[in-house]
Amino acid sequence: MSTNIMQPSGVTGGAGASAHTSRQPRWYEGKKASEIISKLLIMLVLLAGVAVILVPFVWMLSVSFMNRAEIYANPPKWIPSQFRWSNYREAVTTIPFMVLLRNSMFLVIGRLIGTVLSASLVAFGFARLRAPDSGWLFVVVLATMMLPSSVTLIPQFVLFTKLRWVNTFKPLIVPAWFGGGAYNVFLLRQFFMTIPLDYDDAARIDGCGYFRTWWQIILPLSAPALATVAIFNIMYSWNDFMGPLIYLKSMTESTLSLGLYFFRGVYQPEWNHLMAISVLLILPMIAMFFFAQRLFIQGVVISGVKG
Amino acid sequence: MALVRQPSAAAKREAWAFHLFISPWLIGFIVFTLFPVVASLALSFTKYNVSQPPVWIGLKNYRDALTVDPSFFLSLRVTWVYSLASIPLQLSLGLIIALLLNADIPLVSVWRTLYYLPSVLSGVAVAVLWTLIFHPSSGILNQILAKFGVTGPLWLYSKDWALPALIIMSLWGVGGSMIIYLSSLQGVPTTLYEAATIDGANGWKRFWNITLPMITPVVFFNLIMGIISSLQTFTNAFVMTEGGPENATLFFGLKLYYAAFRDIRMGYASMMAWVLFIIIMLLTLAVVKSSEAWVYYEGSVKR
Repeated sequence: MSTNIMQPSGVTGGAGASAHTSRQPRWYEGKKASEIISKLLIMLVLLAGVAVILVPFVWMLSVSFMNRAEIYANPPKWIPSQFRWSNYREAVTTIPFMVLLRNSMFLVIGRLIGTVLSASLVAFGFARLRAPDSGWLFVVVLATMMLPSSVTLIPQFVLFTKLRWVNTFKPLIVPAWFGGGAYNVFLLRQFFMTIPLDYDDAARIDGCGYFRTWWQIILPLSAPALATVAIFNIMYSWNDFMGPLIYLKSMTESTLSLGLYFFRGVYQPEWNHLMAISVLLILPMIAMFFFAQRLFIQGVVISGVKG
Repeated sequence: MALVRQPSAAAKREAWAFHLFISPWLIGFIVFTLFPVVASLALSFTKYNVSQPPVWIGLKNYRDALTVDPSFFLSLRVTWVYSLASIPLQLSLGLIIALLLNADIPLVSVWRTLYYLPSVLSGVAVAVLWTLIFHPSSGILNQILAKFGVTGPLWLYSKDWALPALIIMSLWGVGGSMIIYLSSLQGVPTTLYEAATIDGANGWKRFWNITLPMITPVVFFNLIMGIISSLQTFTNAFVMTEGGPENATLFFGLKLYYAAFRDIRMGYASMMAWVLFIIIMLLTLAVVKSSEAWVYYEGSVKR
């Protein structure tokens, strides 16, 4: 599993790997001038791109601390004269922020547990157990990844309406407990397949049933893959908009991302307050990304290259 | 152990366990996927507002889409234009950045992290941020353009510039396809390049004859994923423009949402869902078919 793509290509065996033995030479050492110049040019281009990527973030942060006049100042202000932390206090008290945060956490955790448990169970079945119909059933799993969500949306809504589940979190959480998403099943199955079957055989000799093999052997060995699934799932639930929009109707029952939408529509807030809430929504995601970027990349690599 | 042929009782037990293990998915698939897919096909031939039972109206929804509803084709066109612009831009820009990031430069992991970051962020907060970026007077984009003496357009408030704005915004997430390219670029054997260099191939020739063919499977993957996701665009348009101005950004997914949850025309919305489903299937099929001509799989005898 190539999880090392964030490393310099010299280490991963890219161009020029053969030259590296004990100490990795500096990038400019032993290179021709033309090579150094071309690398400097590459970095210059990349730097321009990084500016394009980072300026929106920095600016968002900056606006969230501005006072009302500064937002509309002409010529525009880039940095607030003083950091108005009160923007955050005002924004957070205008909406029931803690209630929304609790709702978001509830949604994230409820989906996370269901997804990890059920997707790993199903993936274990597909990766480790033989049955005459397992082949075509797995094709069905893969096929559902292509299915646009809108084609199931309306009957699901009707179903949940008839069950009187609208305005509860059940329509958003319960489906995650039944299969945990085709993509996650696929990703975990790919990982489980890399674990030698000898482990299962040894466990069986020791009197371990399939269920205990899944729980005590396969799951502990699959921590990186499970973490990858978890990370993507947390991100997805935290950002999910359409689901809460359809099933949660009031501000006090909504999640943070739906709450931000209500906040903008109902309270007509100033940009500084709007940006303050946006920062609070994006910041945890950025933090998680930097902590777990390896897992993010692993997920992309497994699904994209091995898929 | 594995070599010993299992008696059929054990095989049966294993098959039984298999079905037990996949039962969460199987139940979920039947209840939340299979039944809804079939039901939405059936609903597409009805008039249905949830509170009253559906009324069978045959092909009327489909006929209305073709004749009466002017915004049906308009929404298809909006989605089509958006996809046609954003997918090739994403694919090529992602590849260019991946090629740059594949070079042996200092701090390479920092660069890669920064370029990947925006693509993992999505949702309302990002849409709200970009609404402000595109704001004609307070937005940072027009402020920067003004520094170069360019008077920026009204962006989201202009019927000509709202869709281009959303296309520009989609490029911010190019890091996703970039990462997939990058992992594939690193899988290209160095020996190929060494051999080509000995044969006197220059940089461009090496890219055209080695790199590009070797990464075509990933181009293929990114293309299919791009088609599926861009045809379903919803959140950004819903939050940023609500389909306006003058329906300039009325994406198909947005129109479907309005039909279902604002106008409560579940039958019509189901028809739209199926039309989208068929379009995605046909496009995916076309790409898969064409892939035989342009996707290179190592070890295959074709070409």
